[in-house]
Amino acid sequence: MTTFHTYDAVIVGAGGAGLRAAIEAADHVRTAVISKLYPTRSHTGTAQGGVCAALGNVEEDYPEWHAFDTVKGGDYLVDQPEALLMCEEAVDAIYELEHWGLPFNRTPDGKIDQRRFGGHTRNHGEAPVKRACYAADRTGHMILQTLYQQCVKRNVRFFNEFYVLDQLFSDDGRCAGVVAYELATGELHVFRAKAVLYATGGSGRMFKVTSNAHTLTGDGQAILYRRGIPMQDMEFFQFHPTGVYKMGILLSEAVRGEGGILLNAEGERFMERYAPTVKDLAPRDMVSRAIYQEIKEGRGAGPNKDAVWLDVRHLPREVIEEKLPDVTEFARIYLGVEPTRELVPIQPTAHYAMGGIPTDADGRVVVGPEATPVPGLYAAGECACVSVHGANRLGTNSLLDIVVFGRRGGRHLAGFCRDADLPPLPERPEGFVRDLLDAMLARERGANAADLRTELQDSMFDLAFVVRTEEGLRKMREILGGLRERYAEVAVQDKGSRYNTDLMEAVELGFLLDNAEPLVEAALARTESRGAHWRDDFPQRDDVNWLKHSLAYKQPDGSVRLEYKPVRLGIYEPAERKY
Amino acid sequence: MATDVGDVLETSDRRRAGASGKVTLTLRIRRYNPELRGEESWWDEFTIQADPNDRLLDALHEVKWHHDGTLALRRSCAHGICGSDAVMVNGRNRLACKVLVRDIAPKATVEPIRGLPVLKDLIVDMEPFFEGYRSVLPYLINDEGEPDRERLQSPEERQRYDDTTKCILCACCTTSCPIFWGDEGYVGPAAIVQAHRFIFDSRDRGARERLQILADKTGVFRCRTTFNCTDACPRGIEVTKAIQEVKREILLDRF
Repeated sequence: MTTFHTYDAVIVGAGGAGLRAAIEAADHVRTAVISKLYPTRSHTGTAQGGVCAALGNVEEDYPEWHAFDTVKGGDYLVDQPEALLMCEEAVDAIYELEHWGLPFNRTPDGKIDQRRFGGHTRNHGEAPVKRACYAADRTGHMILQTLYQQCVKRNVRFFNEFYVLDQLFSDDGRCAGVVAYELATGELHVFRAKAVLYATGGSGRMFKVTSNAHTLTGDGQAILYRRGIPMQDMEFFQFHPTGVYKMGILLSEAVRGEGGILLNAEGERFMERYAPTVKDLAPRDMVSRAIYQEIKEGRGAGPNKDAVWLDVRHLPREVIEEKLPDVTEFARIYLGVEPTRELVPIQPTAHYAMGGIPTDADGRVVVGPEATPVPGLYAAGECACVSVHGANRLGTNSLLDIVVFGRRGGRHLAGFCRDADLPPLPERPEGFVRDLLDAMLARERGANAADLRTELQDSMFDLAFVVRTEEGLRKMREILGGLRERYAEVAVQDKGSRYNTDLMEAVELGFLLDNAEPLVEAALARTESRGAHWRDDFPQRDDVNWLKHSLAYKQPDGSVRLEYKPVRLGIYEPAERKY
Repeated sequence: MATDVGDVLETSDRRRAGASGKVTLTLRIRRYNPELRGEESWWDEFTIQADPNDRLLDALHEVKWHHDGTLALRRSCAHGICGSDAVMVNGRNRLACKVLVRDIAPKATVEPIRGLPVLKDLIVDMEPFFEGYRSVLPYLINDEGEPDRERLQSPEERQRYDDTTKCILCACCTTSCPIFWGDEGYVGPAAIVQAHRFIFDSRDRGARERLQILADKTGVFRCRTTFNCTDACPRGIEVTKAIQEVKREILLDRF
């Protein structure tokens, strides 16, 4: 059975970007928010360290300094006018959150307190600056709670535990709605709408070691990729330097912002060699690579010599307990380590997709080298690529991205819905999803989705992680081809219609494969090293040939076509990145 | 510094070495799946090999991924922040991702949290819980007009409600409360925690309204201070203390 709904606007995902867009849209047009989780379970809640804005509450600061850091941190692949816009709107966006009750930490005179974060500097790189507004090490939790509270206040209509599995277009190419699967009943729902905004978050679960939730499987990206929308800059995936050893749980950069340092097995503060000015507060890609280098040269720590130490023993106890309470608890619970007395073993962890669904500054999905908008289609947050993060996102800028571009996207979408009419639905709109699910349910024997997922995660960790080579990426391409063939024969054990998470996990594996494919293809093509994309066989940045965004298209025959579009420059001249 | 590091390394290595190698874990899980077995719940036992440093959640995944794909549970972040995987472990409400195998092996009992309708295996209907949450007006109320910059709040004022901002709405507290089990009207500890977070926020002006709601027959005075909620909270919130503070505000008629 299929149930039909009609709304003006549908927002897919209820993390920070989706909720912020919903707040903007729901007052003006009939809006439904569809989320595969209860909104407060979204991964925004796990962000820890802070959200940057040049409030200047503690030290002199300006949005333009913030924009420069963002562009430089992104290794000049950032679209500069959009980065400047984000940093300018940051100030108001933070005050707005505060007015909605977000419990920021405070300065002695009652203002929002600010602290240091990686890559954020005063006056174009002179020294670290205190720019990150924070609520202990629970900033993301507070943002998610505050935005959800505002949605409750506005009576926003939520469809919780509904998995959006397909995007609908009318015959003339306009956005016509989505198809969703209701977890509680197994029923399909067609949501007809004038506009859809995707805010489905990241795809870190394609890697073995990740800070990402089990549910971060790149759903929105894959849904649109299958429908011919290109994925932009997918080769740029951030590996956060300080994940809990083996588990990947994030230990916030705020630990180093508050004075924590990294040590190799010999007890050396090795970042002094790699980034003499900002040391442990260099951008994440540089720190992760430095860790790999230390491990490669035999200075890795731990029994397998594949970790380094995070050291906070010298910090005042009240800083550890009051400003980093959750991070401290993670070390205690999951590692059995007492950070006030002992070193914490860490390793880089897959953390954030810089790439994703290409959008403009109003959240409109844009395709092709000329960035042509698709009528009614929007995206915001980690699943989108504006691009304000370029080749490497600065810490705190993800939380900023979701509130600034969630708001802008929601506002533009509401305006669009006021003027647009409702496009006709295609025939049998739920057909693709129905056939996909029926085939999986009908297969009595076949590949185990969990085993395929483990193979994907292990091989992506080995071949497409911090350090990449042509040989490794070619091997990864082959592995992906094999996984795809076996995925076509995947079978699920649960044949029921009630809370069939077995079935949904198999579907999510398909999404992961469709995120890994454009990543590997774009990474293979890009014969340079820039930001988070490090090619051991091409260790230099190559602005002559590669100062451009990649766009990966899924072709009807299953192959991948790459095309490129220029980076929007105009404010800062690309320069070598030194810290 | 180097010798210092050496000492620590040795400690960490020893702990890891001591913990290496898999252990046997038997999970006794209360199942419910009307599509398979009608309205009666039943018990299943699964014996698996697990790393002692694995989470209970990892062990449940091992069961689901390699023993019985029909096992249903909720989970997302897997490190105690999203609040999805509240279950009852050996009679206590815990987050499955914050319990380590080494602390429960060789055998543990896992059941759905109590007091909410079970829908399938470890999944319960969260709607009544969120209804309680919504009933206490869980958002900042202040119609005084917004300043151009932030509203000022001293570090002491901020500290006043810090504890209750940590709530992740996992329902561990509410579903450990015997009053909640027996009394369908009671809003439960989590909703009161959420109300507390705003009542004691110096920027909020909605305390009177919220306290009136909580002074009602479904509100705070149902609480019999059994402290189950405080014991159950995976975030270490002093839930019972928060409830007592709300009671006191009502009794002192300060609103």
